[in-house]
Amino acid sequence: MSYNSIVFVKQVPDTRNISGEVMTKDGTMNRSALPAIFNPEDLNALEMALQARDQFGGKVTVISMGPPQAAAILREALFRGADQVILLTDRKFAGADTQATSYVLKCAVEKMGKFDLIFCGRQAIDGDTAQVGPQVAEKLGIPQITYAEGILGIEDNQVIVQRNLDSGTEIVNCALPCLMTVVGSANRPRPSSVRRRIEFKLSAIPAEYAALVKAWPEFENEQALEKYLDERGLKIPVWTAADLLLDETQIGLAGSPTQVHKINFVVLEAAESQDIPPTEDGIKALIEDLIREYVIG
Amino acid sequence: MNHMTEDRNVWVFIEQNEGKIVDVSLELLAKGRELADRLESQLWAVLCGHKISKLIDQVIHHGADHVIAADHAELEYYRTLPYSRILKDAASKYQPYIFLVGATPNGRDLAPRVASALRVGLTADCTDLQIGDYNLKKENRVCKDLLYQIRPAFGGNIIATIVNPSTRPQMATVREGVMQRNEPDLTRIRKGRVEKVKVDFEPADLALKIISREMRAPTVHLKDAPVIVAAGAGVRNAQELHLIQELAHLLGGEVGASRAAVDAGLISHDHQVGQTGMTVRPRLYIAAGISGAIQHRAGMDKSNKIIAINTDPAAPIFQVAQYKIVGDLTEVLPMLIKALREKSK
Repeated sequence: MSYNSIVFVKQVPDTRNISGEVMTKDGTMNRSALPAIFNPEDLNALEMALQARDQFGGKVTVISMGPPQAAAILREALFRGADQVILLTDRKFAGADTQATSYVLKCAVEKMGKFDLIFCGRQAIDGDTAQVGPQVAEKLGIPQITYAEGILGIEDNQVIVQRNLDSGTEIVNCALPCLMTVVGSANRPRPSSVRRRIEFKLSAIPAEYAALVKAWPEFENEQALEKYLDERGLKIPVWTAADLLLDETQIGLAGSPTQVHKINFVVLEAAESQDIPPTEDGIKALIEDLIREYVIG
Repeated sequence: MNHMTEDRNVWVFIEQNEGKIVDVSLELLAKGRELADRLESQLWAVLCGHKISKLIDQVIHHGADHVIAADHAELEYYRTLPYSRILKDAASKYQPYIFLVGATPNGRDLAPRVASALRVGLTADCTDLQIGDYNLKKENRVCKDLLYQIRPAFGGNIIATIVNPSTRPQMATVREGVMQRNEPDLTRIRKGRVEKVKVDFEPADLALKIISREMRAPTVHLKDAPVIVAAGAGVRNAQELHLIQELAHLLGGEVGASRAAVDAGLISHDHQVGQTGMTVRPRLYIAAGISGAIQHRAGMDKSNKIIAINTDPAAPIFQVAQYKIVGDLTEVLPMLIKALREKSK
């Protein structure tokens, strides 16, 4: 018995190590200084799907919704072992909140057809909402297993999963198909393989052809490149709103029930402060101050 | 829906764990009471579990006007599908104006499922909630008295105020520890109505079964600690961590940590303060070897007094500290320990 998986991945700005170059003095952000990366927990989701495939058989399809640049993480998924990738991109998808995003992803799953397991990272580091996974599951009418840390077994169309809740662990048994959101402690994602890097180096979406033709003069023009990619299965399929059976009132900014009323940039607050010399006397005086002000003691 | 005639009731999901209401639910009852009073409406609570009659009284003592209680053996432990069915059915029936859920692991599993089923907007991990107006430009009207859902975003570098102008209920999950809870008022008991829901699950609601669960009692009590001594990436080994532990012990406090210290494997995640850890506001916070990434500061900058110890005078932690000590923590911590020992003699 083999199981077909879908993995949802997102390209995100790397918000984990925001340096002084990114935050300007007036508290605004220089986004271009932030590298775009594969959302970390989505790599754990991909790894869990690849391990399940390696053990039980089946196919792993990786899907991302985002701008054309997100093709970069789909190539990364191919390098790491995904069987197939799809990019969902359309200006009409832009500005989507989790409700509108999960709707598009649900429509993409329906277009895919039959599947057994869906994997997503627990949350993306740009918004930290952890909402899209459960909302896709609800829209597909399938159960969700959040905070999945490991698949302990799959048989008789049931999956046994260990969940990591902050306060402990839980082992659950769930009917397939279902959706799992995967935590960072689940596994150590495999690196990309050199063989696959070479094999999928040229895999691309049409929006990237022009740049590729420039970089690889052996292709006379975009048509020649496309023919070459097509013959080798290296064309990354792109699905737009028109390719999905969807209700356009439910997508993008207009289909998002939440709206941003206001953004405040966090400016470092200069608290009223005093320098304490790192000496025995300085520290002693500090402790006396704190006791006098009833902060301690 | 006619916005002039809706009830504008505020709902709070009450999460219980082994027969005990979790802290954030009590915090939300206090905030929910305040919002309901501001809207001149009622505070309703939704409680799911098994053998929960004692908890119903407690919910009323903490401010609820109306409690929807679902008591069933299948609800003893939290599971997404049975719980979301109760919440979805109740919210569809009564159309609350606002629905708040604690941003616990279970709350963050439940709220998006319910919001999706109701086709309404949801904002995750709010750190503040207010009532205010919103100019809905595309329909050229002002929405009065919306819920301002205020949350950090983009790794804590921005604070966003989100609204749901057109869908009801306006749903939000709220972080633990950011709202203050009220003392229970035992005289309120006559004021609360209790509605017991008849629970009828379909087989699909029970597609997931819990085989086993192993919960550990929390060993770290950061939220209620009067003093927190926190370790950052500048703490390099167990000996240096021991200095932190000793100082925390002397001050009757707890040991906190930055994400860098947790990621380095120095200390467990239970100790983590910041955006992906706990939000704390102790009387005294001592940050040792913490550079002060915004994600960390977001979880501790409301502390009453902050002492920062760092070798780098330009470390951002100094910008939120009242007491700056530029120095090596392996020298400064022993001095603090010594000075305290001498005082207590």
